[in-house]
Amino acid sequence: MSVSRYWREAKSRYMLQGSKCGRCNRLFFPKRSVCPSCKSLSINNIDNFNLSGNGVIDAFTYVHEGLTGFEMQIPYVIAMIKLEEGISITAQVVDIDDNTKVYIGMPVRMVFRKIGEDGKSGMIYYGYKFSPDMANFG
Amino acid sequence: MREVAIIGIGETKFGELWDRSFRDIGIEAGLKAINDAKITSNDINALYIGTMASGSLIKQEHVSPILLDYAGLSSDHIPSIRIEAGEASGALAFHQAYLAVASGYYNIVVVGGAEKLTDVSEDVARDITSSTSDQEWETFFGVTQASQYALIANKHMNTYNTKREAMAEVAVKNHYHGSMNSTAHFQNKITVEAVLKSPPVSTPLGMLDCAPLSDGAATVILAPLDIARKFTDTPIKIQASTISTDTATLFHRRDICTFDSTILASKKAYDLAGIGSSQLDLVELNDNYTISEIIAIEDLNITKKGEAGKELLNGRYRIGDKPSINTSGGLKAHGQPYGAVGIAQIVEIVKQLTGRAEKRTVNGAEIGLTHTIGGIGSVSVINILKRVN
Ligand SMILES: [Zn+2]
Repeated sequence: MSVSRYWREAKSRYMLQGSKCGRCNRLFFPKRSVCPSCKSLSINNIDNFNLSGNGVIDAFTYVHEGLTGFEMQIPYVIAMIKLEEGISITAQVVDIDDNTKVYIGMPVRMVFRKIGEDGKSGMIYYGYKFSPDMANFG
Repeated sequence: MREVAIIGIGETKFGELWDRSFRDIGIEAGLKAINDAKITSNDINALYIGTMASGSLIKQEHVSPILLDYAGLSSDHIPSIRIEAGEASGALAFHQAYLAVASGYYNIVVVGGAEKLTDVSEDVARDITSSTSDQEWETFFGVTQASQYALIANKHMNTYNTKREAMAEVAVKNHYHGSMNSTAHFQNKITVEAVLKSPPVSTPLGMLDCAPLSDGAATVILAPLDIARKFTDTPIKIQASTISTDTATLFHRRDICTFDSTILASKKAYDLAGIGSSQLDLVELNDNYTISEIIAIEDLNITKKGEAGKELLNGRYRIGDKPSINTSGGLKAHGQPYGAVGIAQIVEIVKQLTGRAEKRTVNGAEIGLTHTIGGIGSVSVINILKRVN
């Protein structure tokens, strides 16, 4: 991947920066420039919005056949996460050992991690993953 | 709009065709269809080709002039149009060709789909398979295509109490159908136990829940219905051809257990054809993963949301049932050469309606539906085909 292709998305990948429609307050991740509810009325009326990174697992899977670059991590957990702001995101869930039971409704929070790399001497990619949120276990 | 008919079909065997190139299989299917329709090259007004990933798979973009040339048609200088819509590329090419004939602009049109998936390693093919999802916000983070369908399966099981065995039953049924199809990638029968014990790909889905990566090509010939009988005694009328779309990103959907694109495209198609789902005799639907068939049965309104698993466990949808679903063996057993899938589904319905479906013929069938998906339900293409008496 070229440096520019990676760099231009960094804010969203490092700190879950999404956007918010100034007309109807609908939130988006990733960012977009047109609100699907307000359509043309939202143009030039959408601002950046940082999501909290707190959410619960809505669906999950243990991936045993990973993509190129993820072979060393298998099996890894991919989950669709419902964020507390009401929108969803799909991401890897880490810090899970053999004794951790992953379940629908499990509280998780965003963590900043290495995602991948371009070979041995290439760029290293960082971004969000999610981790069990111990503070929110009742 | 004019009424349009299918007047000829052709297809290659689906599978790992090590000795055949992309152009070999594309041409084989095309020439078979031209021969079947008893047309000559002078009759052909245009060629439409669906292929998903020729650039990634064989490093060849702009395949349309190559297939035209090797079909012996380059000196006719007719339009040759390549269409890409992920795994629905062939189905979308069919839709565009249908519109071109229905509008009156072209008369005889050849529509082919082809994909050569075994010229790259399985790892590379898997990466390409996942490239119809959102590269920046899904695939970048390690999300595979199988993992997306696994999320759907996990949620469907949790919401509707869908049993793991019901998913296995999809693979068992479709392999049983494939065992009667001489062009199928897999012609072996399998058991529920074998599916449950197959190595995990993305839990709960195992290897035998996933359709294979196949080479293959399929072609159909379209003509206005009013001249179709000049070419064939058994024209198959296109009652409806519809498309609907949705977000490319699965996590942007309102409900991942439902593909709204399928609901909307099929509603429109039932309206255009003037039928309800209960009148369907045959359905070729998307079963790239076993859970896919379950949600497709529900979204096509063949049964209520959450009920398809129970119906499958009751032995429904096998050959002879109404509807008989995936009589070709589906993507699971017949095979999954992406761009060719949508055309191959149409070929199967035409074979059934013209009595050419070998031992798997559904007696008395009149109406069939095809359902093709691109991305994770980000586009659905529906066609309803009918025998003309
Ligand atoms: Zn808005």
